[in-house]
Amino acid sequence: MSKLDSKIPEGQLDQKWTTYKSKVALVNPANKRSLEIVVVGSGLAGASAAATLAEMGYKVKVFCFQDSPRRAHSIAAQGGINAAKNYQNDGDSIYRLFYDTIKGGDYRAREANVHRLSEVSGNIIDQCVAQGVPLAREYGGMLSNRSFGGTQVQRTFYAAGQTGQQLLLGAYSALERQIGLGTVQMFSRHEMLDVVTIDGKARGIIARDLVTGKLERHFGHAVLLCTGGYGNVFFLSTNAMGSNVTAAWKAHKKGAFFGNPCYTQIHPTCIPVSGDHQSKLTLMSESLRNDGRIWVPKKKEDAEALRTGKKKPNEIIEEDRDYYLERRYPAFGNLVPRDVASRAAKERCDAGFGVNQTGHAVFLDFTFNMKEKYGRTEATKLGIEKPTDDQLKELGQAVVKEKYGNLFDMYAQITGVDPYEQPMMIYPAVHYTMGGLWVDYNLMTTVPGMYALGEANFSDHGANRLGASALMQGLADGYFVIPYTIGAYLSAEVTRMSAEKGKTDSIDKVKTNHPEFEKSEKEVKERIDRLLNIKGTKSVDHFHKQLGHVMWDKCGMARNADGLKKAIEEIRKIRAEFWKDLRVLGSGDELNTELEKAGRVADFLELGELMCIDALHRNESCGGHFREEYQTDEGEAMRDDDNFAYAAAWEYKGEGQFELNKEELKFEAIKIAARSYK
Amino acid sequence: MSAGNMNLTLKVWRQKNTHSEGKLVTYPISGISPDMSFLEMIDVLNEELINKGQEPVAFDHDCREGICGMCSMYINGRAHGPKRAITTCQLHMRSFKDGDTIVIEPWKAKSFPIIKDLVVDRTAFDRIIAKGGYISVNTGSVKDANNIPIPKDKVDEALEAAACIGCGACVATCVNSSAMLFVSAKISQLALLPQGQPERNSRVLSMVEQMDHEGFGNCTNTGACEVECPKEISLENIARMNREFVMASLTKKKKKNTGGGAG
Repeated sequence: MSKLDSKIPEGQLDQKWTTYKSKVALVNPANKRSLEIVVVGSGLAGASAAATLAEMGYKVKVFCFQDSPRRAHSIAAQGGINAAKNYQNDGDSIYRLFYDTIKGGDYRAREANVHRLSEVSGNIIDQCVAQGVPLAREYGGMLSNRSFGGTQVQRTFYAAGQTGQQLLLGAYSALERQIGLGTVQMFSRHEMLDVVTIDGKARGIIARDLVTGKLERHFGHAVLLCTGGYGNVFFLSTNAMGSNVTAAWKAHKKGAFFGNPCYTQIHPTCIPVSGDHQSKLTLMSESLRNDGRIWVPKKKEDAEALRTGKKKPNEIIEEDRDYYLERRYPAFGNLVPRDVASRAAKERCDAGFGVNQTGHAVFLDFTFNMKEKYGRTEATKLGIEKPTDDQLKELGQAVVKEKYGNLFDMYAQITGVDPYEQPMMIYPAVHYTMGGLWVDYNLMTTVPGMYALGEANFSDHGANRLGASALMQGLADGYFVIPYTIGAYLSAEVTRMSAEKGKTDSIDKVKTNHPEFEKSEKEVKERIDRLLNIKGTKSVDHFHKQLGHVMWDKCGMARNADGLKKAIEEIRKIRAEFWKDLRVLGSGDELNTELEKAGRVADFLELGELMCIDALHRNESCGGHFREEYQTDEGEAMRDDDNFAYAAAWEYKGEGQFELNKEELKFEAIKIAARSYK
Repeated sequence: MSAGNMNLTLKVWRQKNTHSEGKLVTYPISGISPDMSFLEMIDVLNEELINKGQEPVAFDHDCREGICGMCSMYINGRAHGPKRAITTCQLHMRSFKDGDTIVIEPWKAKSFPIIKDLVVDRTAFDRIIAKGGYISVNTGSVKDANNIPIPKDKVDEALEAAACIGCGACVATCVNSSAMLFVSAKISQLALLPQGQPERNSRVLSMVEQMDHEGFGNCTNTGACEVECPKEISLENIARMNREFVMASLTKKKKKNTGGGAG
């Protein structure tokens, strides 16, 4: 029998959440005050959950490694947030958002969770607007929408190119309000280094004060991990430098199963790598694909001339350009989902059509829409009958500037090239991880009392996430799901507490004096000492870069069995070398950024192996997981629904040993089909 | 791949902790590529220091795309370096010349104590927000978003103020270490929107009170903060905050004088 119980409620799909909400056990206000909740991470999921739970009366502690909760990497999300509001009257509905998300995820997500996500999506927009989040408006004062990949409706809400920032600052302000009211205790510059479990239940965490180096014990009746994704296992990604898997990985080692670790999203429109010094990659929002056309030259000699600087992009005439997305996918064109767009770029570059020095770049060109769409409209508005080419360009540029100005500026800053004059050069880069801790319908991991929210869990995006859905999921989990589902667990805790009331050894009295806290703290301390005492010759980054190379080459956009087997060997070797030859200077009782990085990379070195194991076992191609052995004659991903229509949940069995558990995915509301955007 | 060819002299502020003395330490560095970001250049320095067995320079940074507000640093005496409207992480080495000397220091302001090297404590900003930088609305108790129509220009103006990343460059740049640009940006955002009206008066009074309590100085209209702000937050916000403060103070006094009848 499977160890996994997804706890999906009975009933018709569109009634499950409503019924669940009206039946789930509640915790009365007096009892809430005696229940403590630890929230790790202060991004969209963490901040929204912490603020909402505190509003409800729980005692909440929040931890983040940055100097302020407002820095969490949700802040960097640019493009937008989806919601099934149908404000544009273009046929959107809860069902359609649900359908697009399931299809976008290549039929590898859990129906019930995705439907719930779609149901609460509208509430998120209402909530954010009420908080004063300045989402874009039309002249009539109504909210504005734009299009994103993988959909044919306009359902994406946005705040210029800084939607994540505005939504996060909304959640942050709600969180700060609770901090001001004393219902949330905030611990910034703190890193969680272990989850403490007692009798199989999560009871708190060990955190390190990053300024003093002191290890602290924090008790909680429940622990929420809202710690984001693990894209930095590739060293280069669009993630923030500090984004890491440590909290999720410690939880995994304490019994939480890891779901679909190999599902990584490679985002098609990022600024290409410029050299070996590169520390991170920068995304150019997917919203740019609304107005940009992606192309490479049709002729190899043109590509060669572009690479050596003998030709400028504007010198390639229209007939000699290959708008390969429009050619291959006429129905969706430049707005195909991310995995499809990324693979198509790789295919063209591998075939020798790449346009920058390294041969790893394609053009994202705004000229057409700038002149023909915006320039002409503006000219008409101004009554210019026969606008010249220069006029069209000038008028169009002003519109493009208003829409994407900050992105264009950022591009110019990083590359030194003016994107108003030359088309952007872009290439896919690691961006998001659909995999994460396996959770049930309640968002609880396989460890009772331990939850995972937002990108840290695996639940909603299947094998590929659609654009503008990460913000939606983070806030759905935090504002609207966990406040209900946590009641199912905590109400039972209340019963237990009252039964144990007289007992002096009850956990509610013993709290952090319990031997398990002591043991956990000792283990954390030993690991820190171990890292400091290797006293080898190589820096943390040295090993991290090595790992990144292996992951990108063999477990990146395309994978095959031979490569993955080799990758596993190589990662083991790097890991062994890391523990033999790492150099971390300084001590453990001060601010020591190298020590912080060392701990995180040590965990990446274990996770990387599991990602390869997962990718190797999944003998099919789906979403972001593309196995070269499993593709159609046209190079499209080929799923194997008979054998792989399940979520893989890996159980930790000791270093380098993982046991596979399967959660069968049943599709009742949607007919599982080949995923086509043609 | 761009080969590095710049040679530079770095003078970097090194300070073990809050309580110790700090000083500028000189490090020559070579092989720097103009395509590197400024922080990648420091990465290179740190790698070299580690290889030599010396402790790397501690500095705050995270997103490296100009939005998290974590990176700071004075570069040659200017917050976020020589270019306008960008953060340190967006600054690239092509803004410097071969042979340049670059002085790198932490924010220096009484309310931002140095933690180590280039890392400072900016939690005072969070404490100001906690005193009113929000709209008191609980999750779930709201109506449909389009029920509150908001003129486009108002929202756009609110967004310009809300674009503040809380990096602290304004404080660091100001001769008085004033936090008024930061505080006024939040006050403006919420004062411009209909949702922010109910708490308009109490917000400005309590946030300003906390700002003073944290030891930030007053504004003397030098305008330096606006020049150095990586998000080009306008001085007009400070003017608006002053108006809001006066209005709120007057309303408050009136209430006291009437003996709290409506109280």
